[in-house]
Amino acid sequence: MDADRNDPSVDTTDASVGLASQSLSPTRMAIRRFVKHRAALVSLIVLGLMVLFVVLAPLTARYGVNEAVFKTSPENPNQFLSPRSIAWLGTDDIGRDLYSRLIYGLRISIFIGLASAIFGTILGVTIGAIAGLRGGWLDDVLMRVTDLFLAFPFLVTLLVLRSVMSSVSWLEPIVGKPTSIRFVIVLFVLFGWMGVARLMRSQVLALKEREFVEAARALGAGPVRIVLRHLLPNSAGPILVALTFSVSSSIIGEATLGFFGYGPQPGAGSTSLGKLVGGAKGALLPGYWWLVVFPCVLLVLVTLFVNFIGDGLRDATDPKLDGAR
Amino acid sequence: MLAGRRIARGVAPMSAYSMSDYSMSAGPILRVSNLVKNFSVRGSSGVRAIKRTVQAVSDVSFEVSPGETLGLVGESGSGKTTVGRCILRLIEPTSGSVEFQGRQLVGMPAADLRGLRRDMQIVFQDPYASLDPRMTVGASIAEPLEVQKIAGDHQARVRELLDLVGLAPDHARRFPHEFSGGQRQRVGIARALASDPKLLVLDEPVSALDVSIQAGVVNLLEDLQDRLGLAFVFIAHDLSVVRHISDTVAVMYLGKLVEVADAETLYERAAHPYTQALLSAVPVPDPAIERTRRRIMLEGDVPSPIDPPSGCRFRTRCPRAEARCAEEEPALVDRGQGHPVACHFPG
Amino acid sequence: MSGEVVLSLRDFRVTFPTLFGDVQAVRGVDLDVRAGEILGVVGESGSGKSVTFLGLMGLLPKSARIEGSATVRGTELVGASSKIMREVRGKRVAMIFQDPLSALNPTHRIGNQIVEMIRAHHKVSTKAAMSRAIELLGQVGIPQPTDRARQYPHEFSGGMRQRVMIAMAIANEPEVLIADEPTTALDVTVQAQILEILQRIQSESQAAVVLITHDLGVVARVADRVQGMYAGRVVERGNVDALYAHPTHPYTQGLLQSLPTVGRDRLQPIPGSPPNMMDPPSGCAFRVRCPHAVERCAEEMPVLRPIGDQEAACWRADELRGVSLR
Repeated sequence: MDADRNDPSVDTTDASVGLASQSLSPTRMAIRRFVKHRAALVSLIVLGLMVLFVVLAPLTARYGVNEAVFKTSPENPNQFLSPRSIAWLGTDDIGRDLYSRLIYGLRISIFIGLASAIFGTILGVTIGAIAGLRGGWLDDVLMRVTDLFLAFPFLVTLLVLRSVMSSVSWLEPIVGKPTSIRFVIVLFVLFGWMGVARLMRSQVLALKEREFVEAARALGAGPVRIVLRHLLPNSAGPILVALTFSVSSSIIGEATLGFFGYGPQPGAGSTSLGKLVGGAKGALLPGYWWLVVFPCVLLVLVTLFVNFIGDGLRDATDPKLDGAR
Repeated sequence: MLAGRRIARGVAPMSAYSMSDYSMSAGPILRVSNLVKNFSVRGSSGVRAIKRTVQAVSDVSFEVSPGETLGLVGESGSGKTTVGRCILRLIEPTSGSVEFQGRQLVGMPAADLRGLRRDMQIVFQDPYASLDPRMTVGASIAEPLEVQKIAGDHQARVRELLDLVGLAPDHARRFPHEFSGGQRQRVGIARALASDPKLLVLDEPVSALDVSIQAGVVNLLEDLQDRLGLAFVFIAHDLSVVRHISDTVAVMYLGKLVEVADAETLYERAAHPYTQALLSAVPVPDPAIERTRRRIMLEGDVPSPIDPPSGCRFRTRCPRAEARCAEEEPALVDRGQGHPVACHFPG
Repeated sequence: MSGEVVLSLRDFRVTFPTLFGDVQAVRGVDLDVRAGEILGVVGESGSGKSVTFLGLMGLLPKSARIEGSATVRGTELVGASSKIMREVRGKRVAMIFQDPLSALNPTHRIGNQIVEMIRAHHKVSTKAAMSRAIELLGQVGIPQPTDRARQYPHEFSGGMRQRVMIAMAIANEPEVLIADEPTTALDVTVQAQILEILQRIQSESQAAVVLITHDLGVVARVADRVQGMYAGRVVERGNVDALYAHPTHPYTQGLLQSLPTVGRDRLQPIPGSPPNMMDPPSGCAFRVRCPHAVERCAEEMPVLRPIGDQEAACWRADELRGVSLR
């Protein structure tokens, strides 16, 4: 092979040894696959813009979250106003601008969704990785714990938790008050890590038999290095997808919680998308359609976009979709 | 095996530990004695699940001298791959001894073992699976340097290694999927050489490569062996490649060694019936020879290592088998051929 | 000698569209296979040797573009309706694959799988089909065929499974039998048995057999004629003795020289790597690795033409012919 390189008549440029002119990292290839999924790409852009919009809330909202559009008076009530120029999406039962409240509400919902998903994923990945890597009795124990959590009926737990919380006061400083955002996040993390744990475990089980992991062991790499350097990056795909779907389920789940009196309550300082959707239940019959339509449509759209992104990520991390080989 | 060979091409050894602690001429670099590896599998007999034992490696002993190549051949179930893994303690031996550079590996604590991993490395069969697809080739090659905390400029060493295996140093920033199989295998070899080992276990290193590419990799391995004084344990099923590269060849069948001889002798004057059948079965790329040679055909398939035959394990397929073969297992000793053969009726 | 032409390909092409570009897997293959002969098709990665035959069998993904002509005794397969393909596949053209485990259904007994194969093409009773299946199993050398027909694939060893595959393939007495790397996954001693079965079956049935492999030794043992493929085209073809004795095409020469044979002290690899089939070199794809390449090789793609009693696709074949390797 040395002779090849020293002989000027032998072409040893990248092309002659079969390499493309530009290096293609697996990440770049994944991005290319993602972009091919039109719905995912559009969702990513639109959702990104929406996030930007709500993050810049004081600028983009027209009123404060609890601020009435104008001071109410018997001749000029501010409640249940239909969409008009001073309140683009109408007002609610105490005259607050729905448009602004949707912005602030979405902000909280996205925050809850992201925080729950991220912490839940971290917890799940850790447990799954330990179970998969160590195997043996530890694996069995962790998997049974996972099963236990999975078997817990979520709603029943919510109700039980309510009464428990009032009698066990030391719990509050840790998990926050039942009406706080922190509580909601803790709840989602506690009940949302199991899927990711199982997923990570099966990824680890599959990967640890792969030769490149064996090669790392042969070099003398310890288990920590193997997990961080080799197992995690190669499981990133499915984990990312699970994370995305976890975000959308948290956003919807938060609405459910609101129904049971957890998380931000109406009349309290902040609001959330879930609260706004929940608050619509009294508005349909009297005909205040804007209070129903806009929050629900927004919820559906956000969930849809997040799910499309998850779909796109799934395509991006599946190399079999590159076409016939 | 001259001491001066090591410094040949300016490839400076980077581990002072290995140079001072072990002299090149002090006997075999690897001595395997009575190696046994059993795997337990859950079988089922009717309704109940029962535990069965796969006797993958049963009492294997051999030596490798510094700078030499031991070829280990066998078909599926022979245990040759397991032997390779046991040497490096990637799989824990059930019993027996593995002495590397005079030190006993079996039972060695993990911390000491890690340091020794510098001196013995492995090259895997599948060039597509043995490199982490998310790491650049340069990062993969540099990994042993990081793990073993070897001092010096890692980037420079990576470039040096790429050059050594016949790849362009610039390719360090590329990813495995961009290379061909032969090139990936060269990367795997470069990685194995990074920590400057004395012994390489090569597990079917060219089997997954195209024929025209195999030659290049085989030549590379031979060159590296000359330059760096490496000892090889070359595990393969391709007899022609093994013959070409090995000094000594050991033939395995169902977990046991059946014959050990230097390459020429084994191929010209094999004494064990299995070796003879194996050599006879290998197709030679020459129709004139192929069409006319006498062939020894074995009956049936390789039996399962879960329940190997009593006595001589080869007796169920052996054209020479007699009653004695079922009762008494033949020992691996010289029976007048000049090399050890495990057969009651060799020749 | 062998009989009439059974399988015929003319300018056969296969292209795969992928996310990163079109892969030109087969770029114009012409070949004829006669009754009673074994044609060995040799090639490495990217040669297109398997894709060619998977393509004519209609076993490639729907996205694959197939052009040209492939006929079995006059019946055109390229662009044929699914009705015709179902008729042909398994009955007139049968295929054996490399990995018998994945080709056999693990949930059905072996006997039933062969019966299914027979009844897909013939109107016979299950009983009659089963007795034929048992007969076939015996023909391929499976002991106690009646008992073994009731077993499942996982109860068979690799060599046995491959015999079952052969039995299934010959069940309907095909005119063409295509074996795609049938022994690559098998141990050497088992390989010898399977090759012997294939030879025996072939001489009994006079089918046209195509044996696809990368192993030049297997071809030397079993084939009557050999064709070498590189980068989607046939580069050399001829009688097996002649081709090994004096290979004409530089690729074939390089291939034979790179093998470890007795007395060869140092192997001669072919420099470079197999080409990227998304963007193969212009003209002759082998030219970037060829020690004899000239300008014309880059400009014009060489055509397969007769050189002596062989055929070679090389502009300099006349000068290079007869370079003996003995």
